[in-house]
Order: sequence, then C-alpha cells, then structure tokens
Amino acid sequence: MSGVLVVLEHRGGAYNRMSWEALAAGQQIAAASGQPLSVAVVGSDLEGLSGELASKKLDKGYRVEHALLKNYTADGYVSALEQLIKKLEPGYVVFPHTYQVRDFAPRLATRFGQVLLADLVGLRKDGDTFVFVRQLFQGKLNADYRHTGSGPCFVSVQAGAFRAESLEAGNTTVETFAPQIEANAIRNKPDEPFREAAQTVDLSAAPIIVSVGRGIKEQDNLPMMEELAAALGGELAASRPICDNGWLPMERQVGSSGQTVSPKLYLAVGISGAIQHLVGMKGSKTVVAINKDENAPIFEVADYGIVGDLFEVVPALTEAVKKAKGA
Amino acid sequence: MKIIVAIKQVPVRDSSLHIDSSGHWIDEDDLSYEINEPDAYALEEALQLKEKHGGEVVALLAGPERGSQTIREALAKGADRAIHIECDDLASLDTLGIASRLAAAIKDEKPDLILTGLQSDDLGLGQTGVVLAELLGIPHATIIMQVEAGEGSIKVKRELEDGWFQHVEMPLPALLTIQSGISKLRYATLMGIKKAKTKEVRRISAGDLPPAAAATVTLERVYLPEKKKETQLIEGSPKEAAAKLVEKLKFEVRVI
Repeated sequence: MSGVLVVLEHRGGAYNRMSWEALAAGQQIAAASGQPLSVAVVGSDLEGLSGELASKKLDKGYRVEHALLKNYTADGYVSALEQLIKKLEPGYVVFPHTYQVRDFAPRLATRFGQVLLADLVGLRKDGDTFVFVRQLFQGKLNADYRHTGSGPCFVSVQAGAFRAESLEAGNTTVETFAPQIEANAIRNKPDEPFREAAQTVDLSAAPIIVSVGRGIKEQDNLPMMEELAAALGGELAASRPICDNGWLPMERQVGSSGQTVSPKLYLAVGISGAIQHLVGMKGSKTVVAINKDENAPIFEVADYGIVGDLFEVVPALTEAVKKAKGA
Repeated sequence: MKIIVAIKQVPVRDSSLHIDSSGHWIDEDDLSYEINEPDAYALEEALQLKEKHGGEVVALLAGPERGSQTIREALAKGADRAIHIECDDLASLDTLGIASRLAAAIKDEKPDLILTGLQSDDLGLGQTGVVLAELLGIPHATIIMQVEAGEGSIKVKRELEDGWFQHVEMPLPALLTIQSGISKLRYATLMGIKKAKTKEVRRISAGDLPPAAAATVTLERVYLPEKKKETQLIEGSPKEAAAKLVEKLKFEVRVI
C-alpha cells in the first residue's frame, strides 16, 4: 500500500477550483512521504478534461469512465472508485471537501473499513505518519488527528486551505480505467441540477457589504442594520440562518450555499463565523466584525473588531458614519 | 411510514468552551447540552411526514445518561418512542464505531426511512448518516431540503453548491441527511410534555451490542486556532468605539 491518489471533481466540462487545492494537498503528502502521486477523474466522456490533467506534474492520471457515471450518483462513484483503489492500493486518498464528496466519500471509506478525515485545514509530517488538522465546534477549536487504521487514509480538504497556485506543470500520461458497474446497482435516479428564481442582487459587485447573523436576534432589528448599510452606501447581506428564517431573501445570503463576495469592506454584525460563512467572504479586502463573543471565529479573519453589544454599537456607528460624511 | 431519526446531544450553541487538562477534549463539567440543531430539523421533517402519511417516528440517540433529556424533548415534540444506546465511551470511537452501534441497535426495527442532520455542531464530520446507510445496505442522499414520499420510493430535493439544487428519486428504505433551516421548528406543547412521560424509551447498554472495531482515526489534541490575521480590537464605549472605527474606515480602509 503506497502512493497518493487525488480524486478531482468537475461539473459542466470544467474542473472545480477546489480540485486543484486537493491536488496541492496531495502533492504535499506525496513529497513529504516520498510516494508517487496519481490523480483520478470520474465520469462518462472525459476526453475534454484529459488535456488539463496531462499538463500537471503527476506520476499518473486516470480517467475513470463508464456510461453509468455520466450523472453523479453515490452508488456509481463509490463502486468505480472502490475498484480503482483496489487496483492502485494507495496509502492516501485525497478529495476536495465539496457537497458531492460529502455525499459519497464516507460510504467509500466504509468499504475499506476506514473513516474519512473530513474538511482538513492543514497537515504536517510527524515521524512516519501525518498529523491532520481539522476544526471543531464550527471553527472555535482546532484538533489534531492521526490515522491509525490499517487501510488507506481518506481525507478531504477545506476550500482555501491549500494553495493551488503553486502547482507545478509537467507532462503526465493519462490512462483510462473502465470499472464494472451494473445498471441495477445504481439506486438513486437524479434529475438535472437546477437553479431557483434568477438572482436580482449581485452582491459580488458591491464594494461595501453590511452582513448580519443570528446575533441580531429578531426580524424587528433589521431596520437598524439597513440604516447602517444605507449610511455606508453598501448592500445588506446575511448569513444562512437569517435567510432560512425568511428575514431576508435567499439571494442576500453569503457563504458556501449562497454568494461568494470580495468587497472592499465587509462589516459582519452578529455573525459568529462558521466556516460555511467564512468561505463566502474571506476574500474581502477589509473585514470588520462586531460581536459580543471575543472568541467568535469571525475575529480570525477580521482586520478590525469591536467586542460589544451590537444593539448599542450599530446605532452609534450609523450616527458616526453620517457625521463623517457630513450628512 | 416508519421513520427513525438519529439525534445527537451537543453542547448548547454559544457555550464558552475550555480545553480540559488532558488537552484531548473540552471541559464538560459546566456545559449544558441540547439537540444538535440539524438533527432538530431532521426530527421536524419526520414529524411532518408522519402527519401527512401516518406511521411512527422513533428517536435514536447514543450517549451518556444526560442524553435522556434530549430524548424527552424529542418525545414531547411528537416522537412516538425512543431508543437510547447508553454509553460513556463515544470519544474513543470513530464514526464507523458509532454508526455500527446505531446499526446494531435498529437491526430489528425495519424502518422505511432514516433521517438525521447533515452534520453535528461539535465534531462536524458530517458522515455518520452516510456510513450508517452503507452499513445497512440502503441508498442515501445528503443535504436534503424537501422530501416527498411515494409508494415504496421517495423524491428529495438535494442542495448542491452555489445556489444549485437537484431532485433525486430513490427506493425505500433509504437514509437522508437533512439541511438545517428547511422548515420552522415546532415547540413542545404542554400536552406533549405530559404525554412524553408515558412513552417508551428502550435502553440498550453498549455492552449488549457487538463490540465496536478499534478506531481508525484518533483525536490527539484540541487547541485554540492560531490567528491568521492580526485583528485590531477597538476599545471604548459604543460611541467611542464607533467614532474610532469610522476614523479607520476613512483614513486606513478609505471607504468613507
């Protein structure tokens, strides 16, 4: 059992950006352990994705192809990758931590009597093995994990945790691997993915965003936040629970299930900063956080912070902004 | 329709967490516990399905004695009965060990549907449900927003990333992990709380279940994350802090 296998994800004929971050993590494991690095991509007609794969510095690329893998199903992917892993016997299998990976990778790991070390934010060599770092309690704590099982070590890496820019170019042979899959082994029947009503608010273009979270407590407190956004000339956005409650429309949601934004100023009010939110806004140029909990993860990414009662701070801030603008 | 809902008890949201002296876990002495929020939505979905199609809702929880409180709350909200796998050793098991225990405890139940939350608020691994489905040999789907039950099958709405969704149909029995926030959670009624006292709770000692396999991953240490950014904390009264922040926004960030 040796080698590192990275499983890339694609949709609509293009690789998911997080795939390359997973590859960067895979390269790190391969380099630190002196093991060969292979990459697999799963689907039905992968000719178009093959070229980009061949241009990376790898020991081997695999196109895992079967007509039944055209649309994603957990049954199809688990079966195909189980066969590839049995053939290659890698020591490590690395995934991007996407919704799709969350859907099938735990099931795949179970086939090998292992569990997935999900959503890694870091890793380091320690002795003969690796220490894998992941977050607990929605980012409030970090934890070091070690794989102690006898089978392959399955890991998935968090968006943005590994840098894809440093990937080296190369010339790799891409081989086709044809798994055996029976049509009746695929139990789920997926329809085509769809989007709900067209978005009318493009938060990604807003230079200033005031974003609110659970800390605002009640819908009645929204006008106070709207007033601050208006004073700053910014858009109002929110974390998921606010939109789930129907206090703001879904299209104003920032995070992994909403929009990804990178404004000049992101002012987070009463947002604790769960990772699902952070991935949507951590590209912001300047982050200001107002929160009563000084240990809230939002302060991990904040340039400026005010620890205090938002119901006192926000009106004071609105007034100060108006004054500064001479309004 | 017989539905099992796997629920977990976790420290209440916004608990102040302190690392214990061993450095392996948090100090649990002063913590209060509640149902894991995504599991509360799984329970709500189960209760709504029962209201539409009839049947039975069974709450399933593995954990120490303090889990009884969370079970009572599930019964008060409308679950018909519960299974409590009593154990104090969850920290020594990995997901596979815990899922094996859940699978063994419901082996004779033959549910049509198993629901659970998409992930836990404490460990956040998000895979107990999927592993349980594999152990039981049934199909699954994750991060579910809507469930429509048919004859021997269900159609669900899966959340994908970036605002995309997908409908998926699958045969029963099946397992679903439910997304948080998909409906409004009900409160327990006074009548519900009263009734809960008479409902059946089957207690299973972990010792009566097949021993769990040795963990394949181990948690070695918990610690506060290192800060990636230097945060300038702005002190003073709300008014003073607001004035100082506006100065920064004007002269350093240049957005005013």
